[in-house]
Parts: sequence; C-alpha cells; structure tokens
Amino acid sequence: MKTYDFAVVGGGLVGSAIAYGLAKAGHRVAVLDEGDVAYRASRGNFGLVWVQGKGLEMPSYSQWSMSSASLWPSLSEELWDLTDVATQHQAPGGVHLCYSQREMDLRQADLTSLAKATGGQFDFAMLDHQQLREMIPEIGESVAGASWSRWDGHANPLYLLRGLHAGFLRCGGTFLPGSKVHRVHQRGDSFVIEREGERVQAERVVLAAGLGNRLLAPQVGLHAPLVPNRGEILVTERMRPLLNLPTTYLRQTGEGSILMGDSHEDVGFDEGTETPVLSHIAQRAVRALPALANTRIVRTWGALRVMTPDGYPLYQASLSHPGAFVACCHSGVTLAAAHAKRLAPWIAGDSLPSEIAPFTAERFDVQTVIPA
Amino acid sequence: MTTHDLVILGSGPAGMAAAATAVAYGITALVVDEQPAPGGQIYRSIESTPLKERRILGDDYWHGKALVDGLDDPRIDYRPGTTLWQLTRRLEVGLLQGGHASMVQARHVILAHGAMERPFPIPGWTLPGVMTAGSGQILLKSAGLAPSAPVVLAGCGPLLLLLAVQYLRAGIPIAALLDTTPAGQYWDALPLLPGALRNSRTLLKGLGLLAELRRAGVRHVRHVTALEAEGEDRLERVRWQCGNDPEWHCLTTPLLLLHQGVVPNTQVTRALDCAHDWDERQLAWQPRRDPWLATDVEGVAVAGDAGGIVGAKASAMQGQLAGLGAAIALGRVSEDKIHGEVKRLRRDLARETAIRPFLDVLYRPAVHWRLPEDETLVCRCEEVTAGEVRRMAEQGCRGPNQTKSFTRCGMGPCQGRMCGLTVSELLADANGQSVAETGYYRLRPPFKPITLGQLATAAEDTSG
Amino acid sequence: MFKRLSLPDAPAQKTVIVYFDGRQVTAQDGDTIAAALLSAGVEACRTTPVSGSPRGPYCMMGVCFECLVEVDDIPNVQGCQVLVKDGMQIRSQHGARRLG
Repeated sequence: MKTYDFAVVGGGLVGSAIAYGLAKAGHRVAVLDEGDVAYRASRGNFGLVWVQGKGLEMPSYSQWSMSSASLWPSLSEELWDLTDVATQHQAPGGVHLCYSQREMDLRQADLTSLAKATGGQFDFAMLDHQQLREMIPEIGESVAGASWSRWDGHANPLYLLRGLHAGFLRCGGTFLPGSKVHRVHQRGDSFVIEREGERVQAERVVLAAGLGNRLLAPQVGLHAPLVPNRGEILVTERMRPLLNLPTTYLRQTGEGSILMGDSHEDVGFDEGTETPVLSHIAQRAVRALPALANTRIVRTWGALRVMTPDGYPLYQASLSHPGAFVACCHSGVTLAAAHAKRLAPWIAGDSLPSEIAPFTAERFDVQTVIPA
Repeated sequence: MTTHDLVILGSGPAGMAAAATAVAYGITALVVDEQPAPGGQIYRSIESTPLKERRILGDDYWHGKALVDGLDDPRIDYRPGTTLWQLTRRLEVGLLQGGHASMVQARHVILAHGAMERPFPIPGWTLPGVMTAGSGQILLKSAGLAPSAPVVLAGCGPLLLLLAVQYLRAGIPIAALLDTTPAGQYWDALPLLPGALRNSRTLLKGLGLLAELRRAGVRHVRHVTALEAEGEDRLERVRWQCGNDPEWHCLTTPLLLLHQGVVPNTQVTRALDCAHDWDERQLAWQPRRDPWLATDVEGVAVAGDAGGIVGAKASAMQGQLAGLGAAIALGRVSEDKIHGEVKRLRRDLARETAIRPFLDVLYRPAVHWRLPEDETLVCRCEEVTAGEVRRMAEQGCRGPNQTKSFTRCGMGPCQGRMCGLTVSELLADANGQSVAETGYYRLRPPFKPITLGQLATAAEDTSG
Repeated sequence: MFKRLSLPDAPAQKTVIVYFDGRQVTAQDGDTIAAALLSAGVEACRTTPVSGSPRGPYCMMGVCFECLVEVDDIPNVQGCQVLVKDGMQIRSQHGARRLG
C-alpha cells in the first residue's frame, strides 16, 4: 500500500484549502472525498470573506479572520496563476444593514468593543442613510444606516473550491472521490483510513470532513461535538451591476445574480427549504433594495453549516494519536487563505499560529457559549 | 392555507383522465396547468386550433376532444395559466397565477406534467432558426403557423414523422427529412415486433405515415451520422454526412426542426427528491412508482409520460389508474370494490404499451447523438461545452452536481432541463461508470422563476 | 421563418397589435408572444448574458427559456408562455437584465 505524507479526509473548502497548502509545500497528499451527493456546506454557502462582527466573545477569532482576509488576495492570485480559475475575490469593504437607530447603536457598541479587544486592529465606520445611499444608490428608505468595514469582501465559493481543487492537483496531489470514510486508526507510525472497498495509508491524517468529523474524531483521540445548522439561500437571475459591495445577507456575484440569505435553523440533517423562511428572506431583501421586487428567483437551497457549540472553529492535534488533526469551521470561504497558508504549515510541523491557540475542544467542557 | 383533496398538475391526457376518474368518487379536484388551454402538448389548442380540417392534424389529435369536454365539471376546479413553482414533501403546493403567488395544502397529488423533447446537442443548435419538431407542431396546432420556406426536419422518432406528414397535408414543402436512425436499428427492433403487434393500430399508423411521406416524394435521407447547423447570427445552412461516406451534404434553409424522441420531465419529481431509476431502454430517468403509480413520497403519484414515455392513450389510462388510487388513498372507495375495473384497466394498459419496447429500440438515438463532440455546447444557458464537462471528469468530478458547481453547467434559467441528460451521460462515459451511478442534478424550487415580491407574499397568502 | 396558413374554414380571429422594439407587429388573438414574433419574421429575441450570442425561441413549451423577452418593462418573460395583448410593448433583451 502506497503511503502518503498526509491524508485529508474531506474535499470541501476546509479540506481542500489545507490539502492545497500541504501539496504546495511539496508534501505527498491524498484527499478522500465522498461522491456526488453528500452534505456539502461548500456547495451551498454564501461566499462572504467577512470580518466585521465576528469574534465578539473571542477576539482571537476576529484576528484569525483578519489574517485570512489579508492573505486572500495572494491566495486568489496564486490560484489564478496555477489553474486559470478566477475566484472572483473582491474586497471593496462590506456593510451590515441596520433598520433603526437602536440597531445602529447596538451595532456600534458591539463593533467598538471588538475594535478595543483587537487592540485597534479591527476598524469600522458607521454610515447613516445618506452615506449608505452614496455607496448603494438603490438602498431602501427603511434602512437606517449600516456599519462598514474595509476588512470585508466576497468571492465565488464554487470557483474557490474548484481553484483549490485544481491547484491541489497541479501541485501533485491525489484526489480520491467516491465514498464516505468510516474508520481511521493508527498502525505503527502511520494511519490507515478505511472506506468501502478501499484503505489508504498516510503518515499523518487531517480530519476535515465537516459534520462527518463527529464520528471520525473520537477514533483518533479527538473530540468534535458538531451540530448542523441550516441556512437557506435564494439566487436571482443575472442582473446588470447594481450592488457593488457585499452586505451580510445580500450580495451580487461576478455573474450578476443576487444571492440572499441567511437563515439559522436548528432542523437536524434536513437540507430542504421552507416557504415561510424563503418568504422572510425575500421580504428582507426587498426591504433592503426595493427595486429587487420584480427580480426573479431561479433557485433556492438549504445547506447545513458545521457548527461547534460556540460557533467558533475547532483546530486540534491529537495527543493520544500523534499525527492526527481535526479542523472544522463554518467559515470555509473567509478562512480559506488562513487554512492554506497558516494552518497547513502548522499541520506540517511549524509552530501554532497564536490566534488559534484557543480553538481546541477543551473549551467545550468548561462552558457553553451562545453561537456567534 | 386552503386544503384541497386532490391537486393534479397538468391537463394533458393523464391529468384530464385522472380528474374525471377521481371526481366520480366525490372528490373535488384542483387541476393546474401552465398552458392557457387544456389538452397538454398532444391535444394542444384542441378547442381553438385554426386547423379545423380534421385530416391535417389527424384522428388521433381529435380524439382528445372527449377528455377536454370532461374537464367541464363543477367538481373540477380547472386553472389554466397557472404555474407550479413549489411542491413540498408535506404536499404544500405553491401556485403562481396572473402574477400572484399562493400556497395551498393538498391531501393527495397527481403529477401529470408530461414529457419534453430529448436534448439534441449538435454544433449550431443554439442558432436562431434551429428549433424542435415539437415547437413546429405547437405553432401549427395553436396558431396555424407553418414554415415559410422549405424546412429541414432532422432526427428520429414518431413525432418527427407525424409533423412531416401534417406539414404535407397542410401543403407545406419539406426540403429534406434527415433521418438519424442508425442503419442496424431496424434489425435490432425486429425481434420486438411480435410484442408490438398487440398494439397493431399504432404500428399501422406509423407505417401509414412512412407511406404517406414516400408517396409525396419527400426527400428522405437515411442513416445520417453527422449533423451541423451553420450560420453567422442565425441558421443559414444545414450540413450532414451519411453512413461511412466522408462527403458532407449541404442545404440552405432558414429553419431546422430537430427531434430525437421525448423523455419524462422530471423537474418536479427530482425537486421532491423522489427515487428515480435510469431506464436503459428509454435512455431516461423515471420516478420509481408502485402499481398504483405512487412515488416513494407519501401522497404523490405520477401518471402519463412524466413517469416514463407511454404515449397519449396509455397516459389517459394511467390517469384513470392514478385517479382510482387517489380515491382509495382519500378513503372514498375500497380497493376490493374496484378490483374488476382495475384489472381491466391494467390489461388495456399492457396492450396499449406493448408497442413501446419496439419503438424504444427502433428510435433509440445512437450514442454519438447523445455524447456530442468537445466543441458542442451542452448547457445552452451557461454556454458550457461537452469538452468542459469531460475535463471536469478528468479532474475527479464523479457526478453532475460537482460538475455543476465547478462550471455553472445547469445553473441557468432552465435549471438543467436542456443539459441534464447529456451531462449525466457524458460523465458516465468519461468516468467509465453507469448513468445510474453517475446520478442527476439535485433540483430545488422554484420550478419556474418567481419574483422576490411574489415570494415575499407567498407564505402569508391563503386565498389559493 | 413562419407564415400563417390560409385556412378557408378557420374561424375568424381577432387581430391584436403589439410592438416589438417599437415596430408594429400584427398578431392574432390567442397567439403567444413567441408565436407572434416568429410569424412576424423575428429570429432572435435576445442575446445571452454569457457570450452575447443571439437566441430565439426553441422549444415553445416553457422548458428551454430561450424566448425570454421584456414585456411591458418586465424583463425575462417566457415569450412562449404569455399570450399577446393589444398594445403590448415587447423588447428584445441584450445580456443580463436591468432593474425594471
């Protein structure tokens, strides 16, 4: 049996970014992925590269996100050079819309404390209705204003996944699609990863299987208490440019279609859509941009976020099974650059990025924090 | 939300027969159809067609009159011009009528939304002036419109022949009928002929069409193996090759009508996440159904060509069967009580569909018509070529969903209707796996685009 | 591309006047927009948002979404699914839709 330096379990955004980072550094890497139909958060997400408002209870998450946002342009550029796939990454800043003065005040208080907690690294501005209108001429009358941050941007998550995937292959990676991994165990100095009709051997293993990590992590002495959280998204027909910067739940893609989300539903493993939820998202979008009212929705979908109890990522090396790692989060787009350029080197033996030191599973034993 | 005992999607032969059957058991039926008038595509515009001379469209067309008359019943709430945009597994039905979206609750649903023409991806098939034989027939039936210059018909299948004959009867010249039926296929179909004889009426009708074409002296080019539509901004020429002959033939024409059979329209059953099977004989996906035509989604049955191609008469019989199934499911009659009727119906259905294996084999589109060359556009909306789909297979895409997310193939307004079959077959071929293993697009509502404004009010509205 | 058959026994249909890109088009009551345009010699009704290539009606049964036109200021209407009405302003579409 051929032995890889690394086996990455999971070919979504988290696994692909790590695998790409490892392969680019010259390691021999295999990605084990499921078949064409699986719970795939990476195919269902919204595509924000987002910082503002993240990490209110854990400033290191804000710093980790800012690190990734800063690394995004270089990731996007190198994927383009390597694969001709454009991620459509843009960082024009982003806005979070507020519908009343009270919402504005609360937002300002939150972001001020975040700025303080990050030692001023995170910065933002509050925009009143008129200032916001200068940025988004179509903004609705009922929008009171917004918070704006230069850190925010967006990308096409599907092209990001394709770029990471193609880049991984270009760097000599081995992609093994087909079925779900059901067993991971240590044998001597290496790991054996088993799935239907196939075993793969690697010196180190990275569990990046999203919700699948729940069952895999305990097999190598790790703990991944993840739950699905459904988000529903609507997408419109292609439009001429009308929204030149992303908002928290409304953005225009490079192709011109408008994406809108995001619901947070605790519905187990149900990827469906619910008309009342879709209706609500539509109402909110029309409130933000009234001119969208007669724009057509061509597709809706539900996708399951990979949520830890506190909503923050989980990165951990196994103590009992040295060489086994777990990585999961629900911000696979925002954190893609950090995963490829900072997390992958750590997995390969470099020192731990200081921001992610708190993101181990031990924190779940101590307290339960309300999801971010 | 208003509750309806029975919601039927489609007022073609299956939908109309289902409604007529069910109401006889005291059920009120809501029949919705996107078209402005009943009849489906087969009996389209039967009440209003300007082609009153019965001979042109033929007796089989006028057969539909009795079924359409049956819709005029106070127990049937027939709503033309109504689009189904949503159907959930809990049988919540989203309707769009006159620009107004609403939701109704069904207790039982019969999907009878019929078939669509199999995609026929050839070089140049997106040029204006290249249309389908079905579209030619719709224009003829509904508006009395016919080609203004000699038309080229290309492909295979009964509908193509029927349209040619209907044009002839209406005095419309045909420049050529380019027949893509592979040379050996008549022999392949021959062993199935005895079975087909159980439905000799349909068989004779087909032979009659061929004879009529021959008598009229239509240029019938057989064994066409390559076909291209050419032109700058519109169709100017059609080019083709025959058999193993390397010579290209060419005809100047403003209109090419393509056809290579019909396939179930699975958009709704896919979005419902019904189990589907790949039918290798019909080269199409079919929702899996029990003997009552019920799918694996509780309360949802599929009747007519939407469940597998059976033709108009058998579709109406399936509609009756599904209507009886609805009556049983809704507790209006016991299975024992209608045992005899059901037995007769199943026997008639078996006889009527006995010709299908023969037709399926005879008019099976050859593999090179289903797996186009690299340069040919497969996804018309997002303009993705067959070559790009094959490249995705090389990069590890096992199925159409990963391929879609990497290329946008199938993401446009038609939501994969025009490329889905081709993409599944291309990936299966490139990956050396079966079409069944390869799978199909995961579909989602809305089935037809709905505006944000309509959706915003849909959940509140209970007037439906 | 298409002409109306002259049928002696056809019932007289009411004439409907619509406009395509400002040009007057004579249609018949009961025609779909796509049928009316085809009978008036219109070949392409839009260009695609991807490559700008011209497209015209293809399937005539609501499946292919090729016959999209702007109708009375509403873009991306399926021309084969909507009947003509007197005075209707139909416009060809070029690329992605505008707000309208």
